[in-house]
Amino acid sequence: MTDTAPAIELKGISKAFGPVQANKDISIRVMPGTIHGIIGENGAGKSTLMSILYGFYKADKGEIFISGKKTLIPDSQAAIAAGIGMVFQHFKLVENFTVLENVVLGAEDSGLLRPSLARARRELKSLAAEYELNVDPDALIQDVGVGMQQRVEILKALYRKADILILDEPTGVLTPAEADHLFRILENLKREGKTIILITHKLREIMDITDTVSVMRRGEMTATVKTADTNPTELAELMVGRKVLLRVDKAPAQIGRKILEVKDLNVTDSKGVHRLKGISFDVHAGEILGIAGVAGNGQSELLEVLGGYERATGSVKVNGEEIDLSSAKSGGQSRRAKGISHVPEDRQREGLIMEFHAWENTAFGYHHDARYQKSSLFMDNSAIRTDTEEKMARFDVRPPNPQLAAKNFSGGNQQKIVLAREIERNPDLLLVGQPTRGVDIGAIEFIHQQIVALRDQGKAILLVSVELEEILSLSDRIAVMFDGKIMGERMPQDTDEKELGLLMAGMTTTPEGPIHKAVEAQLAHASGDASKEV
Amino acid sequence: MDVMPKWADVILIPLISILLAAILSAVVILAIGENPWDALKLMVNGALGSTYGWGYTLYYATNFIFTGLAVSIAFHARMFNIGGEGQALIGGLGVALACLFIPWPHWTLALVGAAVMAALFGAAWAAIPAFLQAKRGSHIVITTIMFNFIAAALLNYLLIGALKVPGSMEPATAKFPEATHLPSFQDMFNFGETTFFRGAPANVSFFVGIAACVALWALIWRTRLGYEIRSFGHSESAAKYAGISPTKIIMVAMLISGGLAGMMAINNVQGEAERLVLNAVEGAGFIGIAVALMGRSHPFGVFLAALLFGFLYQGGAELALWTSIPRELIIVIQALVILFTGALDNMVRMPLERLFLALRRAKNEGRTV
Repeated sequence: MTDTAPAIELKGISKAFGPVQANKDISIRVMPGTIHGIIGENGAGKSTLMSILYGFYKADKGEIFISGKKTLIPDSQAAIAAGIGMVFQHFKLVENFTVLENVVLGAEDSGLLRPSLARARRELKSLAAEYELNVDPDALIQDVGVGMQQRVEILKALYRKADILILDEPTGVLTPAEADHLFRILENLKREGKTIILITHKLREIMDITDTVSVMRRGEMTATVKTADTNPTELAELMVGRKVLLRVDKAPAQIGRKILEVKDLNVTDSKGVHRLKGISFDVHAGEILGIAGVAGNGQSELLEVLGGYERATGSVKVNGEEIDLSSAKSGGQSRRAKGISHVPEDRQREGLIMEFHAWENTAFGYHHDARYQKSSLFMDNSAIRTDTEEKMARFDVRPPNPQLAAKNFSGGNQQKIVLAREIERNPDLLLVGQPTRGVDIGAIEFIHQQIVALRDQGKAILLVSVELEEILSLSDRIAVMFDGKIMGERMPQDTDEKELGLLMAGMTTTPEGPIHKAVEAQLAHASGDASKEV
Repeated sequence: MDVMPKWADVILIPLISILLAAILSAVVILAIGENPWDALKLMVNGALGSTYGWGYTLYYATNFIFTGLAVSIAFHARMFNIGGEGQALIGGLGVALACLFIPWPHWTLALVGAAVMAALFGAAWAAIPAFLQAKRGSHIVITTIMFNFIAAALLNYLLIGALKVPGSMEPATAKFPEATHLPSFQDMFNFGETTFFRGAPANVSFFVGIAACVALWALIWRTRLGYEIRSFGHSESAAKYAGISPTKIIMVAMLISGGLAGMMAINNVQGEAERLVLNAVEGAGFIGIAVALMGRSHPFGVFLAALLFGFLYQGGAELALWTSIPRELIIVIQALVILFTGALDNMVRMPLERLFLALRRAKNEGRTV
């Protein structure tokens, strides 16, 4: 292999966005017929590097060699011509076109569509057989699940004769079984001599599937190693630049009285879709109840109802007191008054006002609190600022500047601002949605510790996350949601990712035959609504 | 990190925009065979060269302060209130009713009473579109525009009917009683033999406008309501999460907006005309949009922008009076200012941001070397 030219070689790539140096003198060699992982925290520069390779950005400095030949890639047309295909994290598909039409779009043979479609149909059939890339060419994109949408993206690249495939965080929206299927496809592609670059922040995927792994930190390539010669702990250290705990240290739960009691909760959204179908569960003091599930199966609606901004029927009791579910107008205020705090799933859309200063965000939702008022008319902005400084110090928010707008903090620090606000209110019940989404490893550790610390103070915590690892390591009890229902409850020590994965796909018993086939059948059956959410 | 220092954002960009508009206006004036330098001198002289000119400039500015503030508060809630024109018309109706049918003992009380009526009428006129937006999702831009026409039609109907002086041919109300007349600048700044602001329409409501700027500033940045309005304006989804009722914010912001637009009537109806005539607002409601855009929806910025537009109005009138530059060209100049300060903001902003970035990088490199 040493004699062959690398499929891709980057030499000394640098790219700056204003004062931010996104890529600093990056050199990398990707050998043909291998799976090369690129791992790094958010903002480490992985996406920028791939965008340069795909012609979205122009590097300030550096050269690109494809199969030993120096190549200029000024735009994505050139990248496709050079045999590079990209599967984005957010799919670029036309929802109301069929699979076949999406594959052909932009790669038509002539002005007439029919011959192109016919050729594409033949080719899809052979690709499907070759790589286990089975899709229904006549299904509309909006009707198929995320897993199949992703396969369509891969097919699009292969149809354009890509030899090098870049996948950006491909498993973010997949169930474990779908992810396994994807990895088998990637193995098949590799066997046929294709080169694959896998961008991810999940250590496990790197260990499972890649041959070589490059680690990026703060715009620099810190290491490139053979996957077989390394381990997750070492990789995490390379990513963060210091030792990190991958496991959460926690004492056994001291379960107390019942704090949250949910009975027969139903939600029908404005489009008439039945989002929650008779959900019932309890959360006790000193306990973390984890809700697992693929995004879009009703978890968001559950949080919205409990947080007071979605209407529902059924019964919710907090500390034995019935909560009014009929109004969705300013319910958020009454929930807060009852001791419910809420770290929402999407901090940029809900938890923070991105244009507000950090200090203004500290009062967000609690702007009626007596401690933030100067008089009956005016708010006490200096008191809020002081409070923000203290919170920033305790939660290690960087930079600790209350005057900075929320949008100027990194994802992890934004999340810390939200957490500080909600946890320091000393709630009886904390609702947490996707606490570590888009958060770097160093901050994940801190955030997990804070949640466990709150539990140890005897508070009830409802955790919603699509990251199974997070659910398994944090929860004292796990409930799995699928299609607006709770499929079952498990204790974390009695279950594993495989069993939870099946429940997440809507199956309560292990099916006959290959698991992934059955899972896919179930997911396809669960209609497009769930998949569209993500 | 913000790309530019704040002063560049709030001062430099508008200044450059105005300069560009001025240059383009000069080209247009050249094209029709007049001397732009003379024209500028005439405008400055006419608007700012005498207390008389200032009296007109500030009179127009007062109108624009109220309508500009009205558009601004709505902007903070991400509402585009194009209905300032109609709300100011109906505010005029409120002023007329207050002045004609209530026997005020003194102008101070009449001012308070008329201002309250103006605000109530303007707010009521904004309330219907606000309600339709909040409850039915009817777009506020469409409904407020339509309400401008309804307001104009309503005033036409009243001024040729119920409110017309019997026997008069003119579609206007009777003159307001003496006790409701507001002191003009001429009355207020009269020191013995020299009279300032002689014959100019600026009056005490200019100071009400300044007070309104301060009050609105405090409301937006110092009160819970202002906080909620800004939150909602930036992100409706976040506002819902925080327990802020969208219906409430839409209604309250639009009521304040309509009230401010209505209050313009104490200047033009009570202060200047001292009766209600047809089309009393004369487009000030629309100028308010430009004023709010240029003033970045900040009350102080609105104040400055209102002064600028007051200058353009008065200077433009002088131009039309003394040169062969047609009146329509004044509208062109005003439109250019609006175009550059409002619509083409990014054209100036982008190069400036790049410039500041380059400067900062040069400075940083200088430090590291």
